[in-house]
This record gives sequence, structure tokens and C-alpha cells, in this order.
Amino acid sequence: MKFHWAFFLIFLYMSTKSKSINIKTDINQDERLKKVSKLKLLLNRPELGALGGAILVFIFFGIVAGDTGMFSAYGMLNFLDVSANLGIIAIAAAMLMIGGEFDLSIGSMIGFAGICIAIPAIYWGWPLWMSIVFAFSMAVLVGYFNGILVVKTGLPSFIVTLAMLFILRGATLALTRLITGRTQVPGLRVLIENDPIAWIFATDTFKWLFTWLGSMKLIDLRTDGTPLATGIPPSVIWFIFLAIITTWILMKTRYGNWIFASGGDKNGANNVGVPVGRVKISLFIGTAVAATIFATIQVLDAGSADTMRGTLKELEAIAAAVVGGCLLTGGYGSAIGAAFGAIIFGTVSMGIFYTDVDTDWFKVFLGAMMLIAVIFNNYIRRKVTESK
Amino acid sequence: MSDYLVQFNNISKFFGKVIALKDVTMKLRKGEIMCLLGDNGAGKSTLIKTLAGVHKPDEGEIIVEDKKIIFDSPKDALDIGIATVYQDLALVSLMSVTRNFFMGREPMKGPPFFKTFDIEKANKIAAERMGQIGIDVRDPSQAVGTMSGGERQCLAISRAIYFGAKVLILDEPTSALGVHQASVVLKYIVKAASQGLAVILITHNVHHAYPVGNSFTVLNRGKSLGTYEKKDITREKLLSMMAGGEELNKLEVELEEMNRLSSQ
Repeated sequence: MKFHWAFFLIFLYMSTKSKSINIKTDINQDERLKKVSKLKLLLNRPELGALGGAILVFIFFGIVAGDTGMFSAYGMLNFLDVSANLGIIAIAAAMLMIGGEFDLSIGSMIGFAGICIAIPAIYWGWPLWMSIVFAFSMAVLVGYFNGILVVKTGLPSFIVTLAMLFILRGATLALTRLITGRTQVPGLRVLIENDPIAWIFATDTFKWLFTWLGSMKLIDLRTDGTPLATGIPPSVIWFIFLAIITTWILMKTRYGNWIFASGGDKNGANNVGVPVGRVKISLFIGTAVAATIFATIQVLDAGSADTMRGTLKELEAIAAAVVGGCLLTGGYGSAIGAAFGAIIFGTVSMGIFYTDVDTDWFKVFLGAMMLIAVIFNNYIRRKVTESK
Repeated sequence: MSDYLVQFNNISKFFGKVIALKDVTMKLRKGEIMCLLGDNGAGKSTLIKTLAGVHKPDEGEIIVEDKKIIFDSPKDALDIGIATVYQDLALVSLMSVTRNFFMGREPMKGPPFFKTFDIEKANKIAAERMGQIGIDVRDPSQAVGTMSGGERQCLAISRAIYFGAKVLILDEPTSALGVHQASVVLKYIVKAASQGLAVILITHNVHHAYPVGNSFTVLNRGKSLGTYEKKDITREKLLSMMAGGEELNKLEVELEEMNRLSSQ
């Protein structure tokens, strides 16, 4: 019964919301300029759908699971952590999609980066920081290779990176088994302490805030009196950092304009002097590096590298980017939209545990969400490009 | 010092055994509009690409402001002030007017290493430039996709002029446009020429070319049939000179002959 109430309330909320935004504004003195309401301006932004979706998801769980602890500090950090991890790769995937290409090798790169950290550190006795630098160097190489292959051959990136998906995953498995005789490499946790780099990927921040909140009895405590939520996980910090920096790049820099141009019309962009090839290669490096950030955070958190880590993550990243308003044809989209897309998926995948709904339904939701987003994006694209 | 801004003398271009262009000569003064007419396959595209630096001419010379020039790339041509607006216009319809206008040549602001795209300045210039040609850009951040075909053509031309074009090569600027849109574009081309640019207007539509052109070069099967000042040639003569003109006349005679024979 409470489900019906939830939908009714959401409907009510949205209808009042849209009315309150729909205020006419004077932006220009030109009398021929049709008055454009703020709502309409907002509708032209690619991230609108994802923002609306995220708000809906929060309202939904607020009503359905508001009293279950999902929105306690601990519960929130939990789903934010999941969202943030996905968000890191979704943002990079979105940038690449705006630039007109796909990277299906993100998931395999996560697994590959994981063992690039673990094997040198555990089996070859490298210091952890050196293994991390090594993993990032490999990411740059893989990204560069993907990019140069796509740019030089002119083949669809879908196919090139699909090949890389298999190559990287296979190499990860084969090399790991060859060197270690198994498919998992544990034992990293002891190496994190006193490492000059690892803390960037493995430190909870704002611990003082949580200690203080705990001492004020504002958040849940363990039986020993320490707060249940100890700090903001590194994934969330990375996620916010990347969302801000990529949005800034897209909106405010020359390189950002080149990304839109390369994805929108690569011949046209080339003709006016945009270095389309270089832009695309740099974006492929971006997705591989983002996959490595994801891998480093997870490997250091779990203390072990698994060869199968990141499987299917590339599709989730692309799904989040699409929900965030990226067109599959390139040239349109936003990084912040992909961030909202990741928040939607992360929140639902965790939130579903707090409801009576069986968790099997999550994938159904994911697929349906993506379908709706694609249809919505297509409509927006037509609106944006139709002649007046 | 000749009074020509740009001279293309005896340009020839061969692709293997195929003679794509043979001894084509064109001379343009400042403020002059030369129409390059020719039917499909006459060699118009090859000629444009040779003038724009995409192809190197196998024979002949290009002289810009009395200096002999050899282009190694389209960029060389652009640097010297020969700008080409191709049919695809090099516009991205999903991007805003401003972002298109400055695509690849964005104005920057801020300290070194932290330079950002100066959107405010770019918006201002784009709106101003479009305003000058009578196109009221309702909002320079609107997508180019919302503009009409004529407006897009004007945007592409306006961009080329803003970035320092002295010689403007326009590839079929009116071919995809309706009558009204085409006249808007043609008007703009005349205006651009009156500001001192030399314009090469490539078209197969004599009705578009004749009112605006100062001189006409007709190209047929890779060869120039000559360049004529406007006072020396009529619209009808131009029409019949373009490929098909002579042949259609012959066809007409033959058909009459056949009719006469069959009616006997």
C-alpha cells in the first residue's frame, strides 16, 4: 500500500516544483527574443534527466526506506561509496562519449591495474608507491594504444576496445596464474601504512567531523563508543574532485570545446584546426587512468587484487553516462550528468537492500532506466537541433 | 605591382593519367566576386582543393599580392588569408553558435597555465558579428542546429572573415537553400566583397551567380572556357556555355530532325 502513496507524493512534489521554477525572467533586452523561462533553459541542459532521476530516487527511498537506517550517516556513506566508485569511471566514459568514442575495456583495465599493483608489490618486493606508479603508467600505455588504434585505423572504437576487453582480461588472468599460480593476490594491507602515495587512495577524510558528531550523539555509535561511520571514503573525494575538474574542463577550457567538436563532427573540427586525433587519444588515456584510480582504491580497500575485478563495469559506466545525458553519437553530454547517473545506480543498488524488494530486480531497474534515458536523450537531441 | 590580389596562373592538376585540370587561369582584384561555373564533373572541386592547399598543382603558379606562393597544406593557405568554406561548413550542429564560431581558435583569458575559454568575450563577438550581417542570434549559446541553412552558411562565412580571410572561396553556398535563404546569403557575399575581400563563388546555378558576380569563369571537363566580365556576357550565353548547353542545343536540333523525318 505504501508504494502507491510514494508515487502519489512524488507526483505532487514534482508538479509543485515545476510550477515554482516556471518564472519568466528578463535575460535580454531584445524585444524579439522570445521569453525563455528558466525551466526551459534547464531543459536544454543534458544533465537534467539524471538530476531529476536522482531526486526521484532519493524521494522514493526516503519514503519507502526512510526509517530503515539507509539515511543514517553510515548508510549514506555506504551508498555514496558505491556511487562514487562507479562515478569515477562513468565520468571518464562520459568525456570519451562526448568526444565521440566508446571504451569497452574499462572493466578489464580495472582488473589489469589491480594486478599491476599487487604482483610487483607482493612478489617482486617493490614498494607499494612504485607499483601504483607502474599501474598508472600501464594505464597511460593502454589508453594511448586504444586511442592511436582508433584514430589511425578509423575503425569503430566499439570493436577496437572490445578486442582490448578480451586481451586485457585474458592477459590479466594468464599472467597472474603464471607468476603466482592463483587468480587472487592478497596481502596488500600491511604495505599501506607509511607508504608515501597509498594514502591518496586509502584514507578516510573528515574523521574529526565524525568523531565530533559521534561525541554529540548525532550519529550511530558502536558499543565501544566510536562512531559507526568513521570518515568520508577516498572514493567519494575522488569522485567529487573528478566531477568538478571535468565539468570545468568541458565548460571553461579550449580543450573542452575541442572535445565537443571532435565528437560532434570530426571532419568539421579537423577543417578548422582542432587536433581531433590528439583529443581522442587523450580521452582514451582518461578512461584507462580512471579505471586505474577505481582499481587502486578498491585494491587498497580490500587488501587484495582479484583478476576478475571490474567485470562488466564498462557497461555500467556507459549506462551511467547515457542516463547522464550523453548521446551515443557523441558531441553532447555532461560530466556532471554522468555523476548523477552513477549516484542513481549506486543509490538504487544499495537502497534496494533496505526495501522488501528482491535485489534481483536491480538489473531490471538498471536496464529500464537506461532505456528511458536513451529515449529521453533522443528527444532532447531533436529539440536541440531542429530548425526554427 | 599588379592590381590583382590573387592570381592563379595556368593551374594544372593530374591524377595519374586523368587530367583533372588543365591551364586554368583566374585573377581576382580586391572587392571582386568571381563566379566559377561548371556542371558536375567539370573539375570545380579539384580546383577549389588546389586553391585551398589540399592538392598541390602539378603546373602553374599561385601569386598572392605579387608573391609567388607554394602551399604545402590547407593551413598554409589559411595563414596567407585564403579561406575556404566547404559545403559541410565545418559546423557542429549540437554545439552553440559561439562554440562553433571559435572552434579551434578559442579566445583565452587568465594567467599562463590557468588560461580558460573566455566565453563572455566569445559570446559578445559572435553575437556582434552575426548582428552585422543582419542575423539576429537570439542567444549565442543556442545550438547551431536551431539555425536555418542560410544562417549557418552566413555563420561559416562570417567566421572565415573574422579570422582574417582576404580571399574567400565558397563552395556551392546556395545549393541547398531555398530562394529566400539563397538571396540572404548572396546579399551577404556582396557585402563581404564590398569590404575589400576577393570572393570566388563556386556554383552550378547561373541564376544565383549572375546577379552578384563581377566576372565569370566557366569550367568544362577540366578546362577553362574563358573568363568574362559581366558586361561581355549574358545570362543565357553563360547557361549554354556550361556543360550541357551546347550539347542540349545539338540534341534539340537532332530531335527536330527526327520529328521532321518521322512526320514525312
